[in-house]
Amino acid sequence: MEHRIGVFVCHCGTNIAGVVDVKRVAEELAKYPGVAYSTDYLYMCSDPGQNLVKDAIKEHGLTGVVVSACSPTLHEATFRRAGAAADLNQYRVEMANIREHCSWVHRGDKEMATEKAIKIIKTMIEKVKQNEALEPISVPMTHRAMVVGAGIAGIQAALDIANAGHDVVLVEKEPSVGGHMAQLSETFPTLDCSQCILTPKMVEVSQHPRIKLLTYCEIDDVSGYVGNFKVRIKKKAAYVNRDVCNGCGLCIEKCPAKTASEFDEGLSERKAIYTPFAQAVPNQPVLDRDHCIYFESGKCGVCQKVCPVDAIDYEQKDEFLDEEVGAIIVATGFDLYPIVNIGEYGGGDIKDVVTSLQFERLLSASGPTGGVVRRPSDGEIPKEVVFLTCVGSRDPEGHMPYCSKVCCMYLTKHAMLYKHNEHDGQAYVFYMDVRTPGKDYEEFYQRAAEEDDVLYIRGKVSKLFEEDGKVMVWGVDTLTGQKVEIAADMVVLGLAMVPSATATELAKMLKIQMNQWGFYSEAHPKLRPVESLAPGFYLAGAAQGPKDIPEVVAQASAAASKVCALFAEKEYHREPIVAWIDEDECAGCRICISVCPYDAIEFDDEKEVARVQEAICEGCGARIAACPSATAQQRNLTDDQLYMMVSAALED
Amino acid sequence: MKIPYYPGCTLHERALDFDMASRECANALGVELEELPVWTCCGAVFPLTTDSVMDILAGVRNLAYASRMGDKVVTLCSFCYNVLKRSNKVIREDEEKREKANLFLKADTDERAEMESYLEQDYVGQVEVLHYIEMLRDVVGFDKVAKSLKTSLKGLRVAPYYGCMLLRPKKEMEFDDPERPTIFEDFLETLGCDVVDFPMKAECCGGFQIVRDEETAIACSQTVLSSAIKRDADLIITTCPLCLYNLDRKQKEMAKRVKGFTKIPVIYFTQLLGIALGIDEEHLDFSDNYVDPRPVLAGKKLV
Ligand SMILES: Cc1cc2nc3c(=O)[nH]c(=O)nc-3n(C[C@H](O)[C@H](O)[C@H](O)COP(=O)(O)OP(=O)(O)OC[C@H]3O[C@@H](n4cnc5c(N)ncnc54)[C@H](O)[C@@H]3O)c2cc1C
Ligand code: SF4
Ligand code: SF4
Repeated sequence: MEHRIGVFVCHCGTNIAGVVDVKRVAEELAKYPGVAYSTDYLYMCSDPGQNLVKDAIKEHGLTGVVVSACSPTLHEATFRRAGAAADLNQYRVEMANIREHCSWVHRGDKEMATEKAIKIIKTMIEKVKQNEALEPISVPMTHRAMVVGAGIAGIQAALDIANAGHDVVLVEKEPSVGGHMAQLSETFPTLDCSQCILTPKMVEVSQHPRIKLLTYCEIDDVSGYVGNFKVRIKKKAAYVNRDVCNGCGLCIEKCPAKTASEFDEGLSERKAIYTPFAQAVPNQPVLDRDHCIYFESGKCGVCQKVCPVDAIDYEQKDEFLDEEVGAIIVATGFDLYPIVNIGEYGGGDIKDVVTSLQFERLLSASGPTGGVVRRPSDGEIPKEVVFLTCVGSRDPEGHMPYCSKVCCMYLTKHAMLYKHNEHDGQAYVFYMDVRTPGKDYEEFYQRAAEEDDVLYIRGKVSKLFEEDGKVMVWGVDTLTGQKVEIAADMVVLGLAMVPSATATELAKMLKIQMNQWGFYSEAHPKLRPVESLAPGFYLAGAAQGPKDIPEVVAQASAAASKVCALFAEKEYHREPIVAWIDEDECAGCRICISVCPYDAIEFDDEKEVARVQEAICEGCGARIAACPSATAQQRNLTDDQLYMMVSAALED
Repeated sequence: MKIPYYPGCTLHERALDFDMASRECANALGVELEELPVWTCCGAVFPLTTDSVMDILAGVRNLAYASRMGDKVVTLCSFCYNVLKRSNKVIREDEEKREKANLFLKADTDERAEMESYLEQDYVGQVEVLHYIEMLRDVVGFDKVAKSLKTSLKGLRVAPYYGCMLLRPKKEMEFDDPERPTIFEDFLETLGCDVVDFPMKAECCGGFQIVRDEETAIACSQTVLSSAIKRDADLIITTCPLCLYNLDRKQKEMAKRVKGFTKIPVIYFTQLLGIALGIDEEHLDFSDNYVDPRPVLAGKKLV
């Protein structure tokens, strides 16, 4: 076949053209064998730019296109669509990345950058010359989604998908849905009560006909691929038969064993058989065997005796359920940075130094003090309360380098709510910067400072220690340059947000990426903020990075709409860039079966050859490298193509 | 067991009591502190400049001497420990400085005929710098220390004072949590004392400011002392001769300034260990202390 390749060199504004001599590149490549047309343009991805490509295909009868611009992760899909619109098979359109791989890294050396750009484009011309015209592979799809984590993010995503008409499996590891929002008192910037806006949604997920709610469950294993995941779920033994328990609560009332309540952040006690809080959904208890007298000594058994419906089952075992879903949203939320790591603030040993979540419980009407702020040491109402921002955040030397984004706002809320309770009390906030980037947020902060007389001091606190029943605060006011010493009754730490404890483990199981701190990574920081790079996985909430409720909810709805868009097609269309095998050449050695990470290769016992299941193959290339007889090849990335590409790159 | 020992200048001059007590205790625990045959001042302060190798040479030279004797070197003074440990880290991690320092060390060798072969191989950080307390914990073992005790210190309320240099900077010293250290608490529990945890245990004593700005230094020291006194400590232990100077000797000035100032004895931790090991008082030498610890110790029938 005669090759008629078109080369389209993009300036990307000055991103590329500022470093690479784009005109020269286009001119040089016009002379390259097989190139029928070569040009440059300011923004190739814009409408006129795409039209340039489409028109050239038709006008010059192009058999292949190389768009020399940015990374294929950004615009490959754009230009493939443009090619297809001009009746060129989309797999005969390739990107040559002369931005990330060239202009961005070679600023200041125009000559070298230009030479390199030419080489990069030549390799892609060689590739495209041998690209086959392919069609996407269609595979059947399960129109059912899974959401992992039932905080506000997971709840919102599940409701949106279910309301759009698809079934949802919602998996939560705790005994109740709600996540951290259920612990909050009132919420900035409007101060509406967290429970009042959350509990109706909690009830809705539990009663929605399209939502299967699995609390006290964890993901045990995931296999398959987008459109066709198989998920094994561990239903942890609750020692309560959930089919018969009516939630009467008698067992909880009579249980004699107590331990610290997780929900109240250790500020109150719960029983060994318990629901985390009164409004828990589902309202059925679980038995915590680590604190149960029966499990420790074989004595007690009170709950079994009092249960009117015989729901208690000490012999219950973990169960496993298998669910099939087409897409998975990960919404596993956050934890607070451990207080033990902050030695200068007592590492958790000073009673009246509390975490921000503990303070939420003290402010909450359903909390251990009924909403009156009392200090943990002696139950007195504190008169001087100091709030510290950026505890563990923005501290690249010692702790986390990033900003946790919500602490400035919730500490302002804390100080304000405290002042609403105790008019003659004094609230101080030590801050590095007060960050209020949200609608009505700055006004909220102004109100705290001006109307509620919260005293903001710009500076860090170097040390907290106990002295005569007070918490001594050693700080500095960097605006006046003075040392500040406060004998406080109570101190509240705005601890950094970190990914929840199981996030890393889960990411490994799902094979999705995280950043270095363990927050799940989005496919593109601006343009694909709710998708993971791994197809079929979507992200919502604080698991992706610190954020507040409005942002969490927006992101959850966005993730849900992505899932619905996926489900809009009957079948799932996959990239055909997969492995294939020449059955006549295959020696049947089975080596490729052992290297394939996706179990995508089956063995034909009759013919004694390996065969690729195109619907599963991810095109990772592992088996192609492993095949000793070189019969395994990747579509549009054959050995021949690679050879020609390398030759083009090495040519003088 | 023999372990190379770097005393440092202060333990050879002012803090002879610290040196003696520490050697005696080591002997009683079956360890011989083998002093480096040749050593120099470590430089006393780890340089803040990062573009020069000269400033760390003194420390590195001592480590190179130690490397001829074994794979560890033990020291006591917080400043020496700080300088040696950090210099060692530079040599281990900074290739360029390592090479340069070794060129200097080679030039040295030529000058000193008698030391000719001291550097058969380059110094690449092969020596482990140990503080004496780490030696007690990791080489001897606190359990063995406990078994060797002759006298019970039960009822003696002791406040462990760490100061700054032993702990900071955290990432370089890798010694303990600088804000909430516990190694001396563990040690004191081994000795059977009542440990007095006080918030100023890792605050600065004023350090070298004592020669430049006595007021500031004394204010720092006094904050430390009163925090321990307030928590009913009988005495304070330390491992740094400069801390001891500021905390003990300067109580004279504090007494003049502050009405009703109560004095508190400050001694080296190995002096206390010596008592627990039943070492003769004259080998522990309390004669140099401004606030004599003997009355307190006698009150508990320990001397
Ligand atoms: C002290 C404090 C005060 C705040 N105040 C406000 C405020 O006033 N206004 C505001 O807008 N925002 C506020 N926020 C922020 C708000 O709490 C968060 O934005 C929100 O709770 C995040 O919701 P989420 O669903 O992403 O995470 P989470 O609430 O953490 O929920 C995650 C859920 O996933 C579950 N989970 C975790 N791992 C797994 C797993 N492996 N398998 C199954 N389930 C799992 C968890 O149990 C949890 O139920 C505050 C935050 C703090 C710390
Ligand atoms: S007593 Fe029985 S029915 Fe009532 S809450 Fe407990 S387990 Fe459920
Ligand atoms: S939100 Fe405020 S307190 Fe929190 S890390 Fe960012 S700047 Fe610090």
